[in-house]
Amino acid sequence: MTELDLSFATDLLLQLVGVLPVTLGMSFLAMALALVLAIFFAIVQIFRIPGLNGFTQLYISFFRGTPLLVQLFLFYYGLPQMFPSMTAISAFQATILGLGLHFAAYMAELIRGAILGVDRSQMEAALSVGMDRLTAMRRIILPQAARIAVPGLMNSFIDLLKSTSLAFTLGVAEIMAKTQLEAASSFRFLESYLVLALVYWVVIMIMTWGQKYTERRLEEAY
Amino acid sequence: MALLELRNLHKAFNGQTVLDGIDLQVQQGEIVVVLGPSGSGKSTMLRCINYLETPDKGTITISDQSVDAESAGKKEILALRRKTSFVFQNYALFKNKTALGNITEALTTVHGIPEQKARKKAMTILEDVGLADRHDAWPSALSGGQQQRVGIGRAMALDANLMLFDEPTSALDPEKVHEVLDLMKKLARQKRTMMVVTHEIPFAREVADRIIFIDGGKIVEMGTPEEILDNPQDPRTRDFLRQVL
Ligand SMILES: Nc1ncnc2c1ncn2[C@@H]1O[C@H](COP(=O)(O)OP(=O)(O)O)[C@@H](O)[C@H]1O
Ligand SMILES: [Mg+2]
Repeated sequence: MTELDLSFATDLLLQLVGVLPVTLGMSFLAMALALVLAIFFAIVQIFRIPGLNGFTQLYISFFRGTPLLVQLFLFYYGLPQMFPSMTAISAFQATILGLGLHFAAYMAELIRGAILGVDRSQMEAALSVGMDRLTAMRRIILPQAARIAVPGLMNSFIDLLKSTSLAFTLGVAEIMAKTQLEAASSFRFLESYLVLALVYWVVIMIMTWGQKYTERRLEEAY
Repeated sequence: MALLELRNLHKAFNGQTVLDGIDLQVQQGEIVVVLGPSGSGKSTMLRCINYLETPDKGTITISDQSVDAESAGKKEILALRRKTSFVFQNYALFKNKTALGNITEALTTVHGIPEQKARKKAMTILEDVGLADRHDAWPSALSGGQQQRVGIGRAMALDANLMLFDEPTSALDPEKVHEVLDLMKKLARQKRTMMVVTHEIPFAREVADRIIFIDGGKIVEMGTPEEILDNPQDPRTRDFLRQVL
């Protein structure tokens, strides 16, 4: 057994920290996209909005029923063949789109459950003071649903962040891709992937602290 | 002209008739107490008036807004609803809002009153209901009686033509009932138009201009508190009063 090469590891760590913004950028942008879509799909399903409801169900079924990697390839390599205008899409953008659409499907279910978990009387009270349903959703129901949904959404986000590692297959220069490159040229696979794992782990631990803090804030009212 | 007029109101749940042709007029400033056994349709009637339940048939008119159940549009329903305020048995305070926020919420989002002005009005109301010092308390930190007083404050703030109360004291611990009833008596003295479903007979006697007795989704009998409480004509009314008194 050879010894761990610490200077190689430190060196790689610094490089990865430099590339981390790519991973985080993809994560946050994809999460924002997923959240917006998920809230939209959840509301479509709850109000059974004609036309959109059927589409939403098909959407969720497709994105839950096929592997993420297949979806990413479909977006990046497949769709531009059908829509030549999409050739301009970068691997970075394709990943955000793919991750966003994929996780929206899971999060829609989560948010739907959270909205349905808000006591019925809250909607009635909102209507009774003269709000329309949309205002009631925005002001009363969604904020309460958020409290129910946050733990699940944080799990989705952690999952999403880890899934950005798949972007290396599209050629995005994120931390996974960087590590692979270094590992292949140095043959120091153990150090390389240990450092990579450590970076993911620390980032997600920080997120988890953030989650605990947010949850406590949201609990204040209850 | 009556402030509220119900004509031939019908409602069934899963084929079971709950309101069976309710006709009723309530005058401006009148306080109407609704009595009746459990399951007789009192809540449903009240909830149909502001369309928390959709009636199957009949018309509801509040001052100049008329809604026919068979041709009701969204806009009409919203307009009708905004002429009423509702006090719930389980308070139903907005859990994500403080006591003050519960009152300002509709003022700002529905009536477009600026935040500062809304807060000022809400503080006046919290003083009225005796909870000014708890203005920044979350509902979960308030007792049942306090929550219901905020609930009444929230309804008061709307300055609606008609206040609807659905058993506002039924969920309260016995020792908290009087603080809510006292507040309602205060509202009665201000001559607000109120419809109150309650089992508090002494309150009904003291405050009601008229008592309605409902059974099986029909108005069985109505009259002054003396007429209904002291000299009920219908055997169903007599049975009911014997049980609650
Ligand atoms: N949302 C509902 N779905 C089905 N049945 C209902 C619903 N609301 C009320 N009911 C039924 O209608 C009847 C009248 O209820 P309600 O108006 O609440 O009576 P009350 O307030 O006089 O006790 C009861 O039999 C009740 O079970
Ligand atoms: Mg009832």
